[in-house]
Amino acid sequence: MQTVRIHGRGGQGVVTAAELLSIAAFADGRYAQAFPSFGSERMGAPVMAFCRIDERAIRTREAVTHPDVVIVQDPTLLHQVDVFGGLSAQGYVLINSTRSVEELGLDKFLNAFPDGHVCVVPASDIGVTHMQRPVANTPLLGAFAAMTGLVELASVQSAIRQRFPGALGEANAAASKDGYDHVIACLSQERSDSHHARAN
Amino acid sequence: MRAQIEGSQAVAEVVVLCRPEVIAAYPISPQTHIVERLSRMVKRGDAGSCQYLNVESEFAALSVLIGASAAGARTYTATTSQGLLFMAEAVYNAAGLGLPIVMTIANRAVGAPINIWNDHSDSMALRDAGWIQLYAETNQEAADLHIQAFRLAEELSCPVMVCMDGYILTHAYEPVDVPDQTAVDTFLPAFSPVQVLDPNAPISIGAMVGPEAFTEVKYLAHQQHLRALSLIPEMAGDFERQFHRLSGGLYAPYRMEDAEIAVIALGSVIGTIKDAVDELRLEGIAAGCVKIGCYRPFPSLQLRAALEGVSRVIVVEKDLAVGVGGIVSADVRMALQGSAVPVHTVIAGLGGRSISIASLKRMVIEARAERLNEPHFLDLHTTVIDAEQSRRREQRRAGPIAEQVLRAVKAIGAKAT
Amino acid sequence: MSTQRIKFYQTGTYTAGNRLLDEEARTVQSRMDRTNSLNSGHRACQGCGEALGARYAVDAAMRASHNRLIAINATGCLEVFSSPYPESAWRIPWMHSLFGNAPAVASGVAAALRAKGRGDVRVIAQGGDGATVDIGFGCLSGMFERNDDVLYLCYDNEAYMNTGIQRSGATPAFARTNTTQAVGEVPGNLPGTGKNVPRIAMAHGIPYVATASIADLHDLEKKVAIAMSLEGARYIHIHVPCPLGWGSDPAHTMNVARMAVESGLFPLFEARSGRVVERTRIRHKVSVERYLELQTRFKHLLDPRRNEAAIAAIQSIADENIAAYGLLG
Repeated sequence: MQTVRIHGRGGQGVVTAAELLSIAAFADGRYAQAFPSFGSERMGAPVMAFCRIDERAIRTREAVTHPDVVIVQDPTLLHQVDVFGGLSAQGYVLINSTRSVEELGLDKFLNAFPDGHVCVVPASDIGVTHMQRPVANTPLLGAFAAMTGLVELASVQSAIRQRFPGALGEANAAASKDGYDHVIACLSQERSDSHHARAN
Repeated sequence: MRAQIEGSQAVAEVVVLCRPEVIAAYPISPQTHIVERLSRMVKRGDAGSCQYLNVESEFAALSVLIGASAAGARTYTATTSQGLLFMAEAVYNAAGLGLPIVMTIANRAVGAPINIWNDHSDSMALRDAGWIQLYAETNQEAADLHIQAFRLAEELSCPVMVCMDGYILTHAYEPVDVPDQTAVDTFLPAFSPVQVLDPNAPISIGAMVGPEAFTEVKYLAHQQHLRALSLIPEMAGDFERQFHRLSGGLYAPYRMEDAEIAVIALGSVIGTIKDAVDELRLEGIAAGCVKIGCYRPFPSLQLRAALEGVSRVIVVEKDLAVGVGGIVSADVRMALQGSAVPVHTVIAGLGGRSISIASLKRMVIEARAERLNEPHFLDLHTTVIDAEQSRRREQRRAGPIAEQVLRAVKAIGAKAT
Repeated sequence: MSTQRIKFYQTGTYTAGNRLLDEEARTVQSRMDRTNSLNSGHRACQGCGEALGARYAVDAAMRASHNRLIAINATGCLEVFSSPYPESAWRIPWMHSLFGNAPAVASGVAAALRAKGRGDVRVIAQGGDGATVDIGFGCLSGMFERNDDVLYLCYDNEAYMNTGIQRSGATPAFARTNTTQAVGEVPGNLPGTGKNVPRIAMAHGIPYVATASIADLHDLEKKVAIAMSLEGARYIHIHVPCPLGWGSDPAHTMNVARMAVESGLFPLFEARSGRVVERTRIRHKVSVERYLELQTRFKHLLDPRRNEAAIAAIQSIADENIAAYGLLG
C-alpha cells in the first residue's frame, strides 16, 4: 500500500487532487481510498488530503501519519506547517514552486532522499498557462504520475476530464501533461547531473 | 455500476433509486454532500415526481416526513449530531406512530464542546427511541443498507436509521457498486402503507393514550422491533442472492473460528480492526473481530453465539456514557450474562480522534496481560489530563474546560518540540 | 315595485335571517349535508370557543374541498378533547404529531399529495396560540416562506389553556394567567410584549391572511372558503374565548368574542400578498371596559380599584387598531 499526503490551502483544490488521484488509481485497476482532513470550510486555511493506493481492498481508516509521498501545493506552507512529518526516508516529494530546493532552504533535508524522489514543479505557472489561473493541483498530479509511476498519466487525464467538463477538462488534462513532462525532464537532468558528478 | 465515488454521492444515488416521494433537507456537516446531491438529482428530474423540501430546521425535516409518510409517501432525510438531537422529539414521535421513515445519520460527536468530527454519540443518544439502527462498515455497505432499510422499515412499520461515520465514510472516495434501477425495483417493492390519511377512509392518527393502554402499546412496539432480529438476516440473505455480495445482517465475524480474543465494534473502525487482527495473528495472537451491523434491536442471542469459545472480549466504542463508561459494552455484557468471559470497555475515537492499527494492537496485548484499566480511554493524553486537573484544584474560577485543555495541548505540544 | 335589500347580521341556523337568505349565502353549518367533521361527543368545556370555531372552520374547508381534506392538529385543547384513545371525534382523516410541528407535518402531507399527483386533496393544519405563536413559530415561518399549499388555522384563546392557563406570545397586556399573575408593580401580562402573527404572516407575502372571530361565524366560514379557493400558504387567525381561562360565563362566549371585535381590540381583516384588502367595520363601538368586565382575567384592573393607567393603555391599543385598519371609517 502506498500513501500520499497533499498539503495546500482551502480553495486550492487539494481535496479534489486526492479524489482525482484515487479515481486514476481505480481506472488503473487498483484500489484507492481518498479523504480530506477536515475542518470548517474556510478559504486560505491549511488543509491536507490523503490517498491510499493498493493492489487489494483497503480496509483501514486510520489517519495517514507516515506517508510515502508528500505533495506541497502551496509553498508558503513549507515553513509554517510540518509538511514532511512522518515521511518515509525512501519517500517522494513534490513541491509547487518556481524556486529551487536550495532557494527554498530545503536542500539539506531533501538531498538526503534517494535520487529521483524529489522534484520542484512550477505548477501554478503551468496552471496559468493552460487555465489562466494559478491552478496547481492538476499539473502536480501529472508530476506525481511521472515521479512515482503509481498511476498512469492517461488515467490521471481521464479522471480530470470526467470531473471537469469540456474545455476546462481539456485545459487541465494538458496542464497535467506539462507537469508530467516537467518531472521527466527534471529526473533526467538529475540523472545526468549525478552522472557528471560521479564522473568528476 | 462500480465506480470510484464519494460515500455521500453513493448514498444519494442509491436513495433516488429507492424511489422516494418526499425528501426533507436541512444542512449540517458532514451530511451536506448527501442532501446537495439529492437536490441536484431531484431538480434535474432524475427522481420523477419526488418532492424535495428545504426546511427550516432538523425538527421541521423529520416533521415534514412524519406528515408525508402518514399520507402514504416513501420518505427520506439525513442528519447528524446536533441536528439529530434537535429533532429528538420527532424521532420518538415517528417511532411511536409506526412510520417507515429512513434516515441517514452521518455520525458526528455531540457538543458541547462543539466538534464536527466523527463519533457515535449522536445515534447512541437516541438508541432507545424505537428506531432500528444499522451501522455501515464501508461506503458500499452504506449504500446497500439504504436499500435494505426501506424494505425493512415498510415491512415492520418502523423507522430505520442508517448510520455511517461522518467524514470517514461520507467524505471518502472509494469503489462503490451502485446498482441499477431494475435491480433495486426487484428488491424493493412499492410502499404499501399500514395506515394512511385518506379522505376515502378517514382515520385519526396520534391519539392520546392514558395509563390504561400505554403499556400495551409500548409492548406491541417492542415486539414489532424484535421481529427485525429475524427479518434482517433474511433480508441480508435475499440481498446477497440478488446482488452477490454480503451487506448488512445482524453481525459479521472476522477470523472468529478459532479466536481467543474478540474485538467488537460498530461502523468503519472495523476495517482498521481487521488489519490489526491480521497483524496480531502474524505475531501469534489468536485475535478476531465481530462487527455489529444491527445495533437496535440488539442481537443478544446471536452475539452470544458468535462469541462462543472466546476467552476475552474487548468492545471498542466511539461513545461515552458520562458518569458510567461504555454503552455498547453494557449491551454486550448483558448478552454475555452468566458467562465468565471478561469484557473490556475501550473508549476510542471520540470527536474524530484517529484510531490506529498500532494502538489497537497495543490495546489487545494490554488486555491479554490484564493491564487494561476499565473503562480504558485509548490514546488518552495523560499529561494534559494531569495538568488540567491540577490547575483546577488550584483555583475555583478555573474557566471553561475545553479552552483550557486546548491551551494545555498546545503548551505541552510546544514543550515537546 | 322597488325592492330593498336587507342585510341580516346574525345569520346562524336558527335565526330568521338564515331562512330568508339565498341558498348560497347560508352558512355551511345550516346545511344538512355538512360533514360534521368535529362530531359531537368530544370532551371540550361548556362554552368552549375553540370547539365552536373548529367545527365551523373545518366544515367550511370540507365543503370547499368537496370532502377531500386532511387535517393536521398540534397538541393542545382541540387535539386533547377530540381524540381520547380509543375514541375520536374526527370524521375526516386527521393526525396529531407534536406540539411544535403541525405546520411542518402539514407541509409534508401536501408534498406527499403533490408527489402522488393528488391535487384534489387539500390540507389544513390547526393549533392553538401556544402551538402557533410560540413553539411552532419556526415551522410556521418555514411553511410560509416555502409557500407550501396548506391552510393554517390558529385558534387563539390567548394562553396555554390545556396545560392550565399559562402565558403565551398571544396573551394580551395585563391579562392574568398563572405565569403572569395579578401581583406586583405591573399586574398580569407585561404590556409591550407579544407577537402579532397575522402581521408576521403578511410579512411573508403569502397569498391570504385573515383574522376571524366566533362572534361572526358566517364571516369565518366565508374566509375559510376564500382561503380554500387559493393555493399556497394561507393563514387564518381566529379569536376564540376560553371561559375557563378567561374567567367568563360559558353561556356568554359569543358575547365576549363580540365585545373584543366591537371594542377594536380584535380587528377583523383580510390581506393578500402582504396588503390589507378588506376589513369589517365596527357596528357599535364599545369601550374596552365592556370587554374587560366580562372576564376575571382582567378583574384586577377594575376591582377593588380601577387601574386607570392599564385601562387607558388597553384602550389605546384598541384605538390604534381602529385607526390602523379604518374600523370606524
